[in-house]
Amino acid sequence: MHEHHEPLIRISKRDGISKPRAWGIRLIAVVLSLIVSAIIIYSLVKMNPLEVYASMWKGAFDEKSLFTQIFTFSFTPKTWYFIRDVMILACISIGLAPAFKMKFWNIGAEGQVLVGCIASAFFMINFAGKMATPLLFVCMIGTSILAGAIWGIIPGFFKARWNANETLFTLMMNYIAIRLTAFCVSKWENPPGSNSVGSIRYQGKERIGWIGDMFKNDNPVKFGNDYMWLVLIVLAVAVFMYIYLRKTKHGYEIAVVGDSENTARYSGIRVPNLYVRTMALSGAVCGLTGFMIVSAVDHTISTSSADGRGFTAIIVAWLAKMNPFVMFLISVLLVFLDKGASQIATDFQISEYASEIISGVVLFFILGSEFFINYKVKLGRNKKEG
Amino acid sequence: MKKLLALLLCVAMIAALFVGCASEPADPDATDAPETAAPADSDIKIGVVLVGDENEGYTYAHIMGVRAAVANCGLDEATNIVWKYNVKESSECKDAIVDCINQGCTLVLTNSYGHQSYAQEAAEEYPDIQIVACTGDTAKASGLANFHNAFTGIYQARYVAGIVAGMKVNELIADGKLTDKNYDGENVKIGYVGAFPYAEVISGFTSFFLGIKSVCPNVVMDVQYTGSWFDQVGEKEAAVALMDRGCCIIGQHADSTGAPTACEEAWAKGEVVYSVGYNVDMLAAAPNAALVSPTNEWGAFYTYAFKAVLEGTEFATNWCEGFETDAVALTPLGPNVAEGTQEAIDNAIAGIKSGEIHVFDINNFTVGGAKMESCFATDTDGDWTPDADEAVFDGYYHESYFQSAPAFATIIDGITPLN
Repeated sequence: MHEHHEPLIRISKRDGISKPRAWGIRLIAVVLSLIVSAIIIYSLVKMNPLEVYASMWKGAFDEKSLFTQIFTFSFTPKTWYFIRDVMILACISIGLAPAFKMKFWNIGAEGQVLVGCIASAFFMINFAGKMATPLLFVCMIGTSILAGAIWGIIPGFFKARWNANETLFTLMMNYIAIRLTAFCVSKWENPPGSNSVGSIRYQGKERIGWIGDMFKNDNPVKFGNDYMWLVLIVLAVAVFMYIYLRKTKHGYEIAVVGDSENTARYSGIRVPNLYVRTMALSGAVCGLTGFMIVSAVDHTISTSSADGRGFTAIIVAWLAKMNPFVMFLISVLLVFLDKGASQIATDFQISEYASEIISGVVLFFILGSEFFINYKVKLGRNKKEG
Repeated sequence: MKKLLALLLCVAMIAALFVGCASEPADPDATDAPETAAPADSDIKIGVVLVGDENEGYTYAHIMGVRAAVANCGLDEATNIVWKYNVKESSECKDAIVDCINQGCTLVLTNSYGHQSYAQEAAEEYPDIQIVACTGDTAKASGLANFHNAFTGIYQARYVAGIVAGMKVNELIADGKLTDKNYDGENVKIGYVGAFPYAEVISGFTSFFLGIKSVCPNVVMDVQYTGSWFDQVGEKEAAVALMDRGCCIIGQHADSTGAPTACEEAWAKGEVVYSVGYNVDMLAAAPNAALVSPTNEWGAFYTYAFKAVLEGTEFATNWCEGFETDAVALTPLGPNVAEGTQEAIDNAIAGIKSGEIHVFDINNFTVGGAKMESCFATDTDGDWTPDADEAVFDGYYHESYFQSAPAFATIIDGITPLN
């Protein structure tokens, strides 16, 4: 009865893996995913996979050689859109990092971004032209950060005080924020009855509160300047968050709570305070992203201002293992896949859903590669034990 | 063993997924775009930014319009047109426009009202590029020389479609088909499914109503808004609600076949109800209940715009033309229209062309029991309340006279918005 079955595949946890090996596995995953995608592309629509990949590249970085663009520092509009979308996604992910690091599952980035959008839009609509523009920017940025922080503190406080489940709480806060945005849109709708706000302009004409225009010179609006400020702000936030998490006492406390709440309590860390403080920070960064979306990108507000990026950022933060700089890399990958998918859809006139299959395959392989990084897989039954 | 099973299951699931995808039929026309050589006379590039694709009636009409203009101007679709389909009414629209410009387009068209503010942004930043916001209304106020609005005189076609509906009502009265339910006092009840309470919609249903009234004076009309330009279910529900109120004609200003479908279903059950559609021939959706649809023929405008850019001719900030250049039309009549309808249509179109008939003739309607003596058409300060340009003169309201977008936003006597 007790015949010992030697398994066909043996899976065991790895003790540790060297960094080059881990990246090697990831690289193999990407190459494999491209091969599998190529087979799918060919069997689905009988298109040349290489042409399809070229089209994806074009979707993200345009036809002009990316090297030329980088070395002459003159990006095409498309490349700027790519950079812009990477920055927004990375910034939200960076906001999630501190909460996730202490294993506080903040699923509420979407809502925290939206309340930031509301705060910025409120000032743009009601105070543009009524206060000095620099002051307007200070108010927009300040209230956006504050609104995001409050949206983060609420679930943080409930967790700290009553141990409320933060996953559900932050998730529900998203829906409150979305409804709140819908309410504001109906108040600010322009033209009346449209249920949309349209470009927010002072007296229907002047662009006040558009941060991209702030640094405009005599040239006709030089493209790129619009989003340069996004890059600077997000990089600053990333550096700050990296230092905060790695080099400060707060960051250390977050790491301890993340490892074990009990250890943290025994070592004298006031865990409830930490929850509230860290969620305030997490929400604040998301709120700041809301400001950037309204002031630098959309110049309007709608319930899709955050556009699901609050949720995508969870994947980004997780894949990047809470490292702010790796988040840029992961964001690059996700935005690339997204832009690529829509470019394929345009170029080959297929449904965007079909081209998103490629994104799905690539993501599947990359997520799957984490399994092979964490676990050892052995085939065959060559080793007899016991 | 369990792990192996799980692994196999995973593989099977993925395989199933791929098989499922593989069986999805690819568009047969997708790759074989016509490889005809471009006529060597023009390397102009024109960007066309569309809110939908060929599967959506409103955008389909624009696509056909662009194709007609391409043919009229001797251009080639593959070399001269940059298409952008399914562009959202968000910053995605600006991205699409700028991408067109980056690809060398000197004229960029957008087809949805919600694209307008992004089109305006692009026009500000690229003063050398001609940018058009179809159905938009801010070009004049923006003061930008390269930013244009265009709209067909669709109110004329709606008026004539109203005549078709009015003649049907007359026939129903004469044949004794209408019951008490269809009457409000002495007046026959008409229903209308509108998208939003905008001037565009109000102007549309008012002209439709005036068309009906011109042949059948004793009518009233209820209007149900859906809050969406395209909402199959919502439009169907709105049509059902109106039929329950006893409306025997359902007009529409929304893009789906929801209302005609609802009418056809009711008609099949023996109800007395007929549908007047919009933009597309509704006979496929409602072979018995559909009477006619007024349509926009955007080819007229697109030809004008292409020529303006190609030949450097005048490019108006506001373009609006109707039957005079065949920019509006009616779809083929349904089988159940009243006798003599075609003749009445021809007469009405001739009358509109010659200036004998004015759709908004102030002798034909009242507002609050009084004649409309004055009405501004243009808003100059951005609060969406017209404050300039007196549109009532020579005995009629001048629709789309000062700017292309419909501006008639007054609810006249006999029309009741329900929500």
